[in-house]
Amino acid sequence: MSWFEKLMPSRIKTERRTRSVPEGIWQKCPGCGAQLYRAELERNFFVCPKCEHHIRLSARKRLELFLDSDTGREIAERLVPMDPLKFKDSKRYRDRISQAQKTTGERDALVAMTGLLVGQPVVVCAFEFGFMGGSMGSVVGEKFVRAVEYSRDNRMPLVCFSASGGARMQEALFSLLQMAKTSAALATLSDAGVPYISVLTDPTTGGVAASLAMLGDINIAEPRALIGFAGPRVIQQTVRETLPEEFQRSEFLLEHGAVDMITDRRQMREEVAGLLAKLQKQRMPVG
Amino acid sequence: MDLNFLDFEQPIAELEAKIDELRFVGDDSEVNISEEIERLKSKSDSLTRSIFSNLSPWQVAQLARHPQRPHTLDYIAEISPDFQELHGDRMFSDDPAIVGGLGRLDGISVVIIGHQKGRNTKSRVRRNYGMPKPEGYRKALRLMLLAEKFQVPVVTLIDTPGAYPGVGAEERGQSQAIARNLFVMSQLRTPIVTAVIGEGGSGGALAVGLCDSLIMFEYSVYSVISPEGCASILWKSADKAEDAAESMGITSDRLQNLGLVDEVLKEPLGGAHRAPAAMAETLKNAIIANLQRLDALDADDLVAQRQARLKSYGKFREI
Repeated sequence: MSWFEKLMPSRIKTERRTRSVPEGIWQKCPGCGAQLYRAELERNFFVCPKCEHHIRLSARKRLELFLDSDTGREIAERLVPMDPLKFKDSKRYRDRISQAQKTTGERDALVAMTGLLVGQPVVVCAFEFGFMGGSMGSVVGEKFVRAVEYSRDNRMPLVCFSASGGARMQEALFSLLQMAKTSAALATLSDAGVPYISVLTDPTTGGVAASLAMLGDINIAEPRALIGFAGPRVIQQTVRETLPEEFQRSEFLLEHGAVDMITDRRQMREEVAGLLAKLQKQRMPVG
Repeated sequence: MDLNFLDFEQPIAELEAKIDELRFVGDDSEVNISEEIERLKSKSDSLTRSIFSNLSPWQVAQLARHPQRPHTLDYIAEISPDFQELHGDRMFSDDPAIVGGLGRLDGISVVIIGHQKGRNTKSRVRRNYGMPKPEGYRKALRLMLLAEKFQVPVVTLIDTPGAYPGVGAEERGQSQAIARNLFVMSQLRTPIVTAVIGEGGSGGALAVGLCDSLIMFEYSVYSVISPEGCASILWKSADKAEDAAESMGITSDRLQNLGLVDEVLKEPLGGAHRAPAAMAETLKNAIIANLQRLDALDADDLVAQRQARLKSYGKFREI
């Protein structure tokens, strides 16, 4: 401690500490920094009313906001991760799993449900980005495949909201192979003629982008979501030049033809329902 | 220090240099030194054997990227001398990081596709260090569909650090290209045999590596991310690559024990680069044996078996 700091009364801190706002009353917009009243934010589908920033959602909140209220029923919820490699870095994989389970309340990084979307039965999955960056290991792959099978066997369209850093390193090659496993399942769904709509949300990169997320009959992106194969940091290190602000954002993908449309979260239900109704040749407009 | 040898190969390099020197002397001296040469050669062999019997995963990773290691076109020249290369994705360009074409293995027509690395600075740059762009994956896909149409089996050789992380690659849909390959390959109505001959790096490898039969060379590696990449993310330091290589289980023996690899091909003493022709022969025989086995299935059974195989990947519990 320097002589100057010793002179200072102890309750005056020279470093600024970040104060956390108690959960549930106010929430700060990560986009513009505005303090937002949480109840109002929730009514607005967690889109900042000031800057339109789409705040990241937990998997469960996502499904709750997407499906008709109280129609969701979880499927394949009993799958739990293992540690086939006894993986250890600075922390053991086992410990990372239990910590992630504690903070998110989920068993792994994907939640799957069946329910109604504007009155129509659908199967929906959503990635939990808070669970180890939404990374795809064996459980995510298996659960996705079960959702696909449920969708195929019951001829109910599939919708997936991705938010993931990619394949989970702690399950190494097992994770990589989930890319093949999920893509193969989607090929059978495609053969059966059941629609699959992929909604890419912030962020979707790596092995998840390079498999299930890019394979929708229709690919939709939320506004300004980061979407790409390699992360921007890796690309920056490779090409050694600063990347433009819009690089790998939804608008960039739309411009380059990688997604069909960008849809505001507040219109997502109607947009997806409308697409599904047309693909399934329903004569009446939905709603 | 000989740059054509890795750190842990240096003692072997020194002995080999000594043998070469003696040979040189031997040519114009009257002393018979062939006995001495023989003695040193057997010493070099036993030294190689002892070093190679105890390699760490990180050392295997280095061997997989050995500057002298044979690449796809080297093997193709050996196993299919009448190979005819086909170029281009018909949409944007031809990616030199992936090569493909029609070949014959002991009379059996095949489409061969593989990552291609360069040998010197100029060709390394041209081949982009074996890191494909979307057009490379789309060329591979085009050739696989060609194979399916004419009922010719597909052989793929894997040797890449990963798909290229560049601006153009992202603009042209790197993730879509990889995903599309996985989607189509999972239903391709002709056999696919894959051999990892060097580095199998992440989605960039898998995009031509979804198969009915997965072969790995003894000193090749296959993983979800490079050891350096894993170390810099999880350990926050690329220097921990050695630990990452250990943790991820990237070597052929470990992956075979985990049930993810069907067959491991033993390499010549000191690695494939010490006897490339012998390695190529081993590879050819293994591919042919697998093709004969897969040829017995009709297309429906083949695809059903592949689907079942893909579905079985993963380790989880159900409570």
